[in-house]
Amino acid sequence: IQADGTDGNCVTFVLHNEDHTLGNSLRYMVMKNPDVEFCGYCIPHPSESKINFRIQTRGALPAVEPFRKGLNDLMGVCQHVLNTFEVRAPAFPILW
Amino acid sequence: VPMAAQQGTDEMRDRVVLGEFGVRNVHTTDFPGNYPGYEDAWDQRRFEETFRVDVIREEGDALEFDMVGIDAAIANAFRRILLAEVPTMAVEKVFVYNNTSIVQDEILAHRLGLIPIRADPRLFEYRNQGDQEGTEIDTLQFQLKIKCRRNPQAAKESSDPDELYINHKVYSKHMTWVPLGNQTDLFPDADFRPVHDDILIALLRPGQEIDVLMHCVKGVGKDHAKFSPVATASYRLLPDITLLKPIEDEAAETLQKCFSPGVIEIQNIKGKKVARVANARLDTFSREVFRHEGLKNLVRLARVRNHYIFSVESTGILPPDVLVSEAIKILMGKCQCFLNELDSVPME
Repeated sequence: IQADGTDGNCVTFVLHNEDHTLGNSLRYMVMKNPDVEFCGYCIPHPSESKINFRIQTRGALPAVEPFRKGLNDLMGVCQHVLNTFEVRAPAFPILW
Repeated sequence: VPMAAQQGTDEMRDRVVLGEFGVRNVHTTDFPGNYPGYEDAWDQRRFEETFRVDVIREEGDALEFDMVGIDAAIANAFRRILLAEVPTMAVEKVFVYNNTSIVQDEILAHRLGLIPIRADPRLFEYRNQGDQEGTEIDTLQFQLKIKCRRNPQAAKESSDPDELYINHKVYSKHMTWVPLGNQTDLFPDADFRPVHDDILIALLRPGQEIDVLMHCVKGVGKDHAKFSPVATASYRLLPDITLLKPIEDEAAETLQKCFSPGVIEIQNIKGKKVARVANARLDTFSREVFRHEGLKNLVRLARVRNHYIFSVESTGILPPDVLVSEAIKILMGKCQCFLNELDSVPME
């Protein structure tokens, strides 16, 4: 990760080795946060696998906080999806 | 809030509408602040109450299941991970000792790489970068050694290759596992082989032979499509067909023909034939309704925005439900990786 911004409220994170898979889902989770004024991501060049993820917050909240909260919320979603799915279709470890 | 306006916003929030010339309400708009009076901020508890997974059909390598209550961004992330980031084992390096067949070395190597190998990738590690030899924890070795001969017992006038030659068709069942190092102790009951025995690799004639040694490594679909564990993984949204006015008699018959079989059913009420939507899920939305002037304004074609019908078909390496679990775990792993980095490295 690299962060770059004028003050703590608007920060552009550069996430290496990521693409739309994490970018779009993280953008959705961060947008669901009412403190966030702007959230977006872009891929500067398709040959390089990195994304520019920008968060602007209302008020004096440092932008790292919604980023952290978005990641935690996405982990929570995945954990719940995994639990629900494994109840419905139990997966046994297979050793060939 | 007036009833009509409420219905309008509900439609905008929950449904993707298919109009005659375009699709409306495509993007998710239920973010906090967009709709006054709606609670849109992220609430894990509310998500857990509305989320559910229903397994519709599970047959061998194909799995069809529904995920309800999730957003497009996350459903798409699961689909992308299933295609490109769930690891498998596949042939990467082919050491050609002797190849006198018609199939060129590189073509043969390419074909061998695409054969799905029945080996659980979770038992192996990724190969270290720059490691040419490969150790027993990251490599599986296979050998393909076959020589074609003339069949001495064949009839004199026969022209059937199956009778004239022995071993003229090289199948994937001719690939044998050669244990490396202590692999026989690590995997005592294992039987590593290609998933399918009847994949035709090459054709030979008498005197030609193939003698190759193959190294399989663990990789992801992002690197090369041979590592992709799914034949395909896709999703579609649940269709939602609403009849805006009652449709009767001939119009009902025409309507039934406009949709896939089973979607519209005709009931006989008081002697008149009335159309009713029986099972919208079966429809493939060919939009045939819009070609009939009399019917196009009486039907609303839409899709439910947060109901995804996933269809995962595995190549046979891992069962499809295991693949979906692995995909979800990989997304969690990505988040965890960034969370760890956030905590460890101070922001400048």
